[in-house]
Amino acid sequence: MLRIDRLDAHYGLFQALFELSMAVAPGETVALIGSNGAGKSTLMKAIVGALSVRHDGVQLDGVAIGGEPERKQLARGIALVPEGRRLFPSLTVRENLLLAARNGRQGPWTVERLLREFPVMEGFQHRPATALSGGQQQLVALSRALVCNPSYLLCDEISLGLSPLAVHEVYNLLGRARGEGLAIVLVEQNVKRALSESNRYYCIQKGRVVLEGQSESADHAKVAQAYFGM
Amino acid sequence: MQTFIETLAGGLMLGALYALFGLGLSLSLGVMKMINIAHGDLIVLGAYLCSSVMQALGAGPLTSMIVVVPAMFGIGWLLQRLLLNRVVGRGPLSPLLLTFGLSIVLQNVLQEVFTADTRSLQAGDLALHGFDIGGVSLGLLPLVSTLVSVAIFAMTGWLIGHSHWGRQARAVADDPATARLVGVDDRNFFALITGFVLAVIAVAAVLYGIRTPFSPTAGPERLLYSFEAVVLGGLGNVWGTFIGGLVIGVAQLFGAKISSGLGPFFGHLVFLLALLARPQGLFARNAR
Repeated sequence: MLRIDRLDAHYGLFQALFELSMAVAPGETVALIGSNGAGKSTLMKAIVGALSVRHDGVQLDGVAIGGEPERKQLARGIALVPEGRRLFPSLTVRENLLLAARNGRQGPWTVERLLREFPVMEGFQHRPATALSGGQQQLVALSRALVCNPSYLLCDEISLGLSPLAVHEVYNLLGRARGEGLAIVLVEQNVKRALSESNRYYCIQKGRVVLEGQSESADHAKVAQAYFGM
Repeated sequence: MQTFIETLAGGLMLGALYALFGLGLSLSLGVMKMINIAHGDLIVLGAYLCSSVMQALGAGPLTSMIVVVPAMFGIGWLLQRLLLNRVVGRGPLSPLLLTFGLSIVLQNVLQEVFTADTRSLQAGDLALHGFDIGGVSLGLLPLVSTLVSVAIFAMTGWLIGHSHWGRQARAVADDPATARLVGVDDRNFFALITGFVLAVIAVAAVLYGIRTPFSPTAGPERLLYSFEAVVLGGLGNVWGTFIGGLVIGVAQLFGAKISSGLGPFFGHLVFLLALLARPQGLFARNAR
């Protein structure tokens, strides 16, 4: 169980999260819904250790892990697919994956397996990562997190700016990861998709949770209201 | 004609050492976006360390490298962990100021410990051996230096291109925040890089110290040659730095042929002209 407990986060003097609490159970998919600047990305950065936060603000199976460096969170099985993909331009696709695989955990996801299961990726594995289309890059970015064999996968805006076909492929890969028991935290602009892909959701507004519930029985009008802050 | 070839060969072999000086600068600039103003003084420190080890053990300069190179690696590792890591990633100014201060401190410490007297490393017979190929005479030592330089460049090039170490280096250079996300321990990695840089410096300092005397204030001059090699070759290009070093070396020796005091001046002149023609460096991988 990954639990966020009354978490505050700051960028300098600016406070981005206010006593935010949420939880993700193993194998569960949770959607974070909210407008730009609501604090979703901040929350994810805080969880993986890219942002310094209170130690017991983030707990994994009851152990306080908040504010510890990224590599330690990765070793515990928490990985982030960052917004904007952020592949390394000086590395080939294969090298992007190899680097992450070497630093991550051992497990069912290997570079070879991903290349085998996604022949399209095998075709461009030796090309510079940034010479690909947006959808291909997103597949690689998702794979780069998967080869670390996380138990909790945080996905920040993985369908932003992609063609419908590419979105479909990315969610196809995500579905496979979920099929193997990964817990997923999903930030997604498309509210409809966010709700259909998840078990539960949290609406975040100005750094606070304003609405939460089961995705299946979500009241779209209420979610929209929470989203736009009306 | 014979003099021309000898001067050219001598210049290339001198340049191979400048290239080694430049390699360290190129690596810290490329990976950490940090310019180390104390680079030249660390080169001089390496030479003095070698001199001390030679006195203490009664060994020759090449044998003493067994001690000097690991010692310099350790100094580099500690320097990065304790001092330089505090300023890396905070823009270009902080590292400049810190290492500028470090440079002054190093020069004064060297002066205090080793006095202001000029020293050189005595290599005995090794420095005198030479070959004669078709009337062109080449020294054994410059030849060995050049081979060592080429070997270190080849090794570094291979490491950057094909090893996990190199993938980390390129990833951190591209995007440090994302590199941390995929588990790179950048602080520790930077310490390894600076350790490696100082180990390379140590090799170059010993080989250079055999042919050129040094004093505690010789650092800035060596920094300048390193800089010229790096900038001339184009930033972020290891073999570019090698060629850059060769160009400076050749220019200096031909300059010295014209008038013995003008060697460094001609080096700077060629550097300036080359920069005017190609501001991005001769072999810049991507024009910025």
